[in-house]
Amino acid sequence: MNAAFGLVAVLLVTIATLAIGTWGLKFSRTTSDFFVASRSVRPGLNASAISGEYLSAASFLGIAGLVLSFGAEMLWYPVGWTAGYLVLLVLVAAPLRRSGAYTLPDFAEARLDSRAVRTLASVMVVAIGWLYLMPQLQGAGVALRTATGLPDWAGGLVVAVVVLLNVLSGGMRSITFVQAFQYWLKLTALFVPLVFLVIVWLGDGGRSPADPSLFVGGESGRAWANPIHFLGDHPLYSTYSLMIATFLGTMGLPHVVVRFYTNPDGRAARQTTVAVLALLGLFYVLPPVYAGLGRLYAPDLVGSGRADSVVLELPARMVGNLGGELLTALLTAGAFAAFLATSSGLTIAIAGVITQDVMSKRVEGVTAFRLSAVVAVVVPFMFALVARDVAVATVVGLAFAMAAATFCPLLLLGIWWRGLTDAGAIAGLLVGGALTGWAVVDNLLTDRSGGWFAALVDQPAAWTVPLAFATMVVVSRLTRHRLPPHVSRFMVRLHTPETVQLDRG
Amino acid sequence: MSDHPPERVRVTSPWTERPRLRPRTTAASEIDAQSEVGEIYVATLLRAQLRLALSTLATLGLTIGLLPLVFTLLPALTSHRVFGMPVSWGILAFGCYPVLVLLALRYLRRAERNERAFARVVERS
Repeated sequence: MNAAFGLVAVLLVTIATLAIGTWGLKFSRTTSDFFVASRSVRPGLNASAISGEYLSAASFLGIAGLVLSFGAEMLWYPVGWTAGYLVLLVLVAAPLRRSGAYTLPDFAEARLDSRAVRTLASVMVVAIGWLYLMPQLQGAGVALRTATGLPDWAGGLVVAVVVLLNVLSGGMRSITFVQAFQYWLKLTALFVPLVFLVIVWLGDGGRSPADPSLFVGGESGRAWANPIHFLGDHPLYSTYSLMIATFLGTMGLPHVVVRFYTNPDGRAARQTTVAVLALLGLFYVLPPVYAGLGRLYAPDLVGSGRADSVVLELPARMVGNLGGELLTALLTAGAFAAFLATSSGLTIAIAGVITQDVMSKRVEGVTAFRLSAVVAVVVPFMFALVARDVAVATVVGLAFAMAAATFCPLLLLGIWWRGLTDAGAIAGLLVGGALTGWAVVDNLLTDRSGGWFAALVDQPAAWTVPLAFATMVVVSRLTRHRLPPHVSRFMVRLHTPETVQLDRG
Repeated sequence: MSDHPPERVRVTSPWTERPRLRPRTTAASEIDAQSEVGEIYVATLLRAQLRLALSTLATLGLTIGLLPLVFTLLPALTSHRVFGMPVSWGILAFGCYPVLVLLALRYLRRAERNERAFARVVERS
């Protein structure tokens, strides 16, 4: 396609992002503004911002590519990513906000009264955050190369620089406006071209992509439309394990959790979460349609390793001419918004933790936050430069499985069970983190074909999550004497509505 | 002696004023003092919210959670078409999201009702 359109689109998104960020700066004055927007973001705006932040490149480009290549079983990903918010809503949202902590390590320390748990949680936030940030930067490189032909590192560099400029100038308050804008940009960028594409498809006779006689990459339409068709011998296990990872992993992602502290109170946190669910559902019905059209109009992308670019390629193939190029430019803009939003959120979350646990002892307030933000972005950018060939979906999947096996048990037991002790939390975090980490390393290094072991390692959540829960409960029971004395008061704080006047410790 | 019975004399103990001087116990003060009664107030709210959360998750498990099993046992759902689209595809790509939003709305309404009930009890006493 015409590189100029792509470049202009990326440029416009960048300028809009910086402009909104600067406008938001008018409201950013204190350290609290930088961290949590002084906890005064209304549910509607906050929900747009959370959705904007959550819909990463994996959602905007990745799902359509995965469904195109592998078929309906990949639809479990967006369903799981949305259902994760329902689990978050019913078990975590309001109590987490009411705990009054800034970050996950803050919550761990406040609940368990232990510096050791705090340190371990901080390390894990930074690790999961970097794991998630690295593929964003890599994906930006791929998208910019597809749209403009620039080298791979350029896209990552653009994203890193824009994110840093924004975070450095405005912190969380300006990021909230930026991300709310980016949700609506992403939805528009995906929806408008789709209207044209569907009209073209209907004009061509509207053949079903699941037509049994339609073979793409050796797969019939019927096999492609089968939602239980995972690679390996145990598709049912793989499906359920993936469900557990996505349903329970969402609550443990650092950039998701940190946004909850920007709500004014627990009730608003709940309302925000419901709105997020609706916004995500609205967005996720779109990518599968791109995948279906891709099967008809871009079957050569399957197996060529370029399936991720199906969303960007379809307008040129189906509409063509100037119209096609304008639609492609709009999609490129949306893709860049996806990289920017998720990367900004992750940077804020990681920088928040680094500030509080490393920097604040040496440097003060806003300066510490800015220094931390630089560290938070530069390190994964270096990783992205070095590790070129890690599949984006694999790494993102790992981040979810890791979060489900570590922070999920910590949050659920910490909020709903008085008996959790610091020793139990540490043991559970270590067991969940080590087992998931091992499964993934084995997964990346060894090529196992078939059998139960391959299925277990490929989708580890179904056994790592229960083991992490069991470890936390058993070790807590054995170390009952270490129960923090303030646990009752803390339960009052977590679960009672703010309108009731009570001593919350 | 008159015919009238003696006028009644009210006999009071000097101690009866004492309880009236003590500040009235309220549910809020019981909770703040972490007394047994206070713990019961909080535990009741906690149980109600946990029960609501678990019932919502159970509904999630019995709807979307059962889908993999249903799709495995009924492969006809993939070969059968409605509006030219395999039924299983339609359910998974488009049908799950309204269910999730409805579950969330139902939970929100009930969770806020539980909290209002708690606030009424604590503030009334």
